Amino acid sequence: MARRSLALIAAAAVLALTLVPVAAVLIRAGGLSAFAPGDGQALRFTLVQATLSAGFSVLFAVPVARALARRNFPGRGLLVALLGAPFILPVIVAVLGLIATFGSNGIVNRGLAALGLPEMTIYGLHGVVIAHVFFNLPLATRLVLQGWLAMPGERLRLAASLGLSPWAMFRTLEAPMLARILPGAFAVIFVICLSSFAVALTLGGGPRATTVELAIYQAMRFDFDLGRAASLSLLQLALAVVAGLVALRLSGGASFGAGLDRRVARWDGRGFGARLLDGGAILIVALFLLTPLTLVALRGAPGLLQLGAGTLEAAWHSLSVALASTALCLLWALPLATRRGELLGLLGIAISPLVLGTGLFLLVRPVMNPFALALPVTALVNALVSLPFALRILRPEAEAIREDFGRLAGSLGLSGWAWTRWVLLPRLKRPLGFAAGLTAALSMGDLGVIALFADPDRATLPLQVYRLMGSYQMEAAQGAALLLLMASLALFWLFDRGGRVGA
Amino acid sequence: MKALTTFAAATLTAGTALAQENVLTVYAGDYIVSEWGPGPKIEELFEARCDCDLQFKPGDLLPRLLLEGQATEADVVFGLNTDVTKRARESGLFAPHGQDTDALTLPIDWTDDIFLPFNYGHTAFVYDTERLAEPPQSFDALREAGDDLRLVIQDPRTSISGLALALWVQSVYGEEAEAAWADLSDNVLTVTKGWSESYGLFTDGEADMVLSYTTSPAYHIIAEDDDTVKAAIFPEGHYFMVELAAVTSTTDVPELAQDFMAFILSEEFQEMIATGNWSFPAALPQERWPDGFRQLDLPDEVLFYSEDEAAELKDQAIEAWRAGLSR
Repeated sequence: MARRSLALIAAAAVLALTLVPVAAVLIRAGGLSAFAPGDGQALRFTLVQATLSAGFSVLFAVPVARALARRNFPGRGLLVALLGAPFILPVIVAVLGLIATFGSNGIVNRGLAALGLPEMTIYGLHGVVIAHVFFNLPLATRLVLQGWLAMPGERLRLAASLGLSPWAMFRTLEAPMLARILPGAFAVIFVICLSSFAVALTLGGGPRATTVELAIYQAMRFDFDLGRAASLSLLQLALAVVAGLVALRLSGGASFGAGLDRRVARWDGRGFGARLLDGGAILIVALFLLTPLTLVALRGAPGLLQLGAGTLEAAWHSLSVALASTALCLLWALPLATRRGELLGLLGIAISPLVLGTGLFLLVRPVMNPFALALPVTALVNALVSLPFALRILRPEAEAIREDFGRLAGSLGLSGWAWTRWVLLPRLKRPLGFAAGLTAALSMGDLGVIALFADPDRATLPLQVYRLMGSYQMEAAQGAALLLLMASLALFWLFDRGGRVGA
Repeated sequence: MKALTTFAAATLTAGTALAQENVLTVYAGDYIVSEWGPGPKIEELFEARCDCDLQFKPGDLLPRLLLEGQATEADVVFGLNTDVTKRARESGLFAPHGQDTDALTLPIDWTDDIFLPFNYGHTAFVYDTERLAEPPQSFDALREAGDDLRLVIQDPRTSISGLALALWVQSVYGEEAEAAWADLSDNVLTVTKGWSESYGLFTDGEADMVLSYTTSPAYHIIAEDDDTVKAAIFPEGHYFMVELAAVTSTTDVPELAQDFMAFILSEEFQEMIATGNWSFPAALPQERWPDGFRQLDLPDEVLFYSEDEAAELKDQAIEAWRAGLSR
């Protein structure tokens, strides 16, 4: 069947793009080498911070998503779009924004000092977790929010007409939905945090905050020990696969059955307590996420005027890369939107970008000049890296659609294109728009593998930010970062909005 | 689609470049090649005298070269640091530069026949006189400074300046290095992956002092007309950091590469590099330095490990850093 063979091709492409580069590095290194003495500690710290970061992100996402699902207020759409921003900021910019907020000279501490309260420090394990929650809470919120929005209106109406108490409503409708969504959301965030390194180091405050990815960087760039880099990245890969398998086992559970795709008003959450809870959740998360972003914007504004032609050209390159990788990623994700497909997709973020870049470099080099391939390779890798997010967004709904409409389609003999055109795509519009927005924004902001493939005339915007900072041009760098932020947000908003038209 | 066109265009340009004769391919760091680095100026000056096409390829230097081995297309590698020269030398991928090192004006003796210095500086803690009126006057004083003095430094495992700092502490304190780091641990606000993040934190006012170079104040003096940024000079000495260029042994334009090496020592290049790369010129007497550079405070004592010593001490110095800061 056509669908099956498409899925096989997509799966083979993921495997080839992740495992073959690692194999290339391994062959070049002449085998794996032993771990170094400090690696055990790095592994422990990596696991602890990733577990805490993913746990808190998912935990806080539940009340926020519920509040967004059942409240309607002016600016809600804008807030939902802005909440996507932290996820797509270049790491260095986000870290500076966070430090401007929570750092020792940040506005929180200046506020505390004005009130005569002791200073809080951001540096330490809690700082790492705060930063990772800042990056990933928006993603978790959107994933959970989707679960809420995907509940068929008929069920909500039925619950209302039966007069279900909030607790009964939670047990019968919300808890099963959360059980289906949360393990996957946890797994995907856990895997992103596994490969964190600059954030963990800067906010961790020193050598105690050493992660496996830092050890990979050191082995690769400083010690030229490819064997150790390969060993470490296989270890990281194994952790990600275990996380994915556990999530897969936990996230079973039935769906709600088909609805008529009607949107209905929510009857629940009208009490004073519920309003207070929802209002509080939205306010806190908005303050937490938007303060650093606002500071990034304020500091970047003067720098916008200093941006030269080089930066604008870099923005254009980033835009092209983003659009190309979005198209690629969606085409890749559709056939893979199944349980096994999602597990496989995790490989894309589980593999260290450094090892991936080096492997691709080794593979491409004998065939053609890697510099000429800078942008296409970046687009391809960005699509691969975004795949797990796209799949996490698409899979629950794609599965539900197959379950709910499969029999009808079977009896009508709908298959292939007709199924996709008339059943799948119209119902997947919202998640598709979200997935496209996220992929586009992610690949605008991602530095990816460009270090080995860099081309002097084809810099991307994030690379430009780093180049500016490396040349004392801090103000211009902040301007370029703001440009990046705006471009990413605009792309995200356009796609996401497109998916929600009429919804 | 757009990516495909870009791709096609890129392939075409690569093709024409190969067809042209007399191309000098130079691998250099991003900070060199960027429009604010010395790269564009170097290209302009050299092309004016060589009748050739100088092409910079930015990105990793030695990691990339080691991956490529004999098949590398690099003719010259520009911007190596002393922490990799041993490994680079042992790879056999480099050939003698053929220049007379007597022309150098470095504060240390330099007789290497493969790696040719083009500019230098020293590690130093940089501060802003408006925020820190009384900086520590020595390394010992820095160790004893109160908790309220906040430093940002770079990780010796991921950054060249961070490694230079670890070696600096090692050369000042020797066996006592770990104890020195333990003393500093309450002042080290955080450790960053690279210099840019640290310097960003410093300019944002998050830290009082940042690990940078003795030459950093020159940028602020010359480009921003701001003389409040200074490097604290310690009597214990400062660690020497030099940037080097080398010719590959596989170059297909050996004469052109030699010309480039000679160009590096020329007055034209040396007068440009100070403000081009914000470092001291490697072969230019002090009185010929640009204004902002002549007024900089220079250390009396310059510390430096030869590449063999550094290779031997590196692991120990990093371990002292890790253990001392983890206390």
